Amino acid sequence: MNTASSTHHRPLQRLVSWLVLAAVLVIVVVFRQQLGLNAELLERLKTNFTNNFIVDQRWRWLLSGLGQTILITVFAVALGVVIGLSIALIKVLEHNGKKLFFLTRFANLYLTVIRGTPVVVQLLIIYYVIFGSVNISKVLVASLAFGINSGAYVAEIIRAGILAVDRGQMEAGRSLGLTYSVAMRRIVLPQAIKNILPALFNELITLLKETAVAGYIAVADLTRSGDMIRSRTFDAFMPLLAVALIYLLIVMMLTRLMTRVERRLRRSDHR
Amino acid sequence: MITVKGLEKRFGDNLVLNQIDAQIEMGEKIVVVGPSGSGKSTFLRCINRLDEPTAGEIWVENELITDPACDINRVRQKMGMVFQHFNLFPHLTVGGNITMAPLHLGLYKADGARKRALELLDRVGLADRIDDYPVRLSGGQKQRVAIARALAMNPKIMLFDEPTSALDPEMIGEVLDVMTELAREGMTMMVVTHEMGFARKIASRVMFIDDGVIAEAAPPAELFDHPKNPRTKAFLSKVLPH
Repeated sequence: MNTASSTHHRPLQRLVSWLVLAAVLVIVVVFRQQLGLNAELLERLKTNFTNNFIVDQRWRWLLSGLGQTILITVFAVALGVVIGLSIALIKVLEHNGKKLFFLTRFANLYLTVIRGTPVVVQLLIIYYVIFGSVNISKVLVASLAFGINSGAYVAEIIRAGILAVDRGQMEAGRSLGLTYSVAMRRIVLPQAIKNILPALFNELITLLKETAVAGYIAVADLTRSGDMIRSRTFDAFMPLLAVALIYLLIVMMLTRLMTRVERRLRRSDHR
Repeated sequence: MITVKGLEKRFGDNLVLNQIDAQIEMGEKIVVVGPSGSGKSTFLRCINRLDEPTAGEIWVENELITDPACDINRVRQKMGMVFQHFNLFPHLTVGGNITMAPLHLGLYKADGARKRALELLDRVGLADRIDDYPVRLSGGQKQRVAIARALAMNPKIMLFDEPTSALDPEMIGEVLDVMTELAREGMTMMVVTHEMGFARKIASRVMFIDDGVIAEAAPPAELFDHPKNPRTKAFLSKVLPH
């Protein structure tokens, strides 16, 4: 019902946003004198734009930086989910009274250390201390560092999602003679996904923005590329604004995708 | 069929079951009654080890199931359980709820499973709901599906843990009808309930549990009409209509 009405309103919403955009354009054009948008300023903006992005094909720096950012984010998310799921299962097993000896102690140590220290410090330690004497790709190091970091937060997301599933579900599965792991895989986890997915998406968005500190180990990610343009052209406004806009666009796209996924998950509650 | 010797269950310092001894024969219908918090649900849940006993022995068909080496999953396959809150799997259809475990455990093949599910649903009067999701069902319908799900494993005994306590009053009858029918067909049953009329009608024996012990056990006519233990008398005077 909810979805039906929102599809119904969508063309109207689109029309309104176009009207608002057109109105802004008209205001800018009509009042350009009052806004100080004279020909001289426009010319200066144009020169700045050319200097920052066209000369030496500097727009390519941004593009390759974006590529690095996406590459690191994707690897880190994959690693984070693998680590997070493992740690979450250890914590859930512990919660259900299973004995795991050193595994829970390891999981708790990992969670405490990773959540208790800044990600930049973790990145620097992994690059300069752990891989200090090894010649290794910086992008790989960054992916590892952000993946290990993200794993701690993903673990909490998954753990909470599993524990939110009613205890009776596991009991019903066990009472039918299913083993713990089968009941977990076939009964609990499919229900936990609904709790987990939206929060996991949030973590992806956070992670994408967090990788902006990869420049600390001289990875030419999106942020570092913009900063490199700034140091070359001595103009901070254009390149940094461009960087911010690119992040913003990706995050907006992801948010939209998330809303759609969430709506689908909710719909399955009413089938 | 089931023998319980010296069963004890503690939750921390709290002694919930204290030296329970019981014998349940094939085809018996045991109804367990008692005040809330008396340990009757825990007793039932110890029988299939959903709650682990802290001491004592439980034998099911000459097998010591409290032995750590016992494969409890295999034992549970012959003990169906019905819960107070139904515990249907919301992500599966009614048919999926019924066939998931038997299919996974290789009890029957995919093509036979749906037919079997239909048979069972027909028994509980819900054959037309096989493709619905549980969210579409009323409480009484959910509980009847839960009974069908337990029966799908072809159990030798059915355990009912307050099956009507979470139901609206007008839905209690339809669930009790299914259980009465099951009893009439000869199923061995153990039922924890507050439905005294039902107990009187189907029970071969009624066990009155109070404060973690079986205070009295007797056929319903005897226990309800001529209780011997003063605690039984006190309890019955509160729950039976005056």
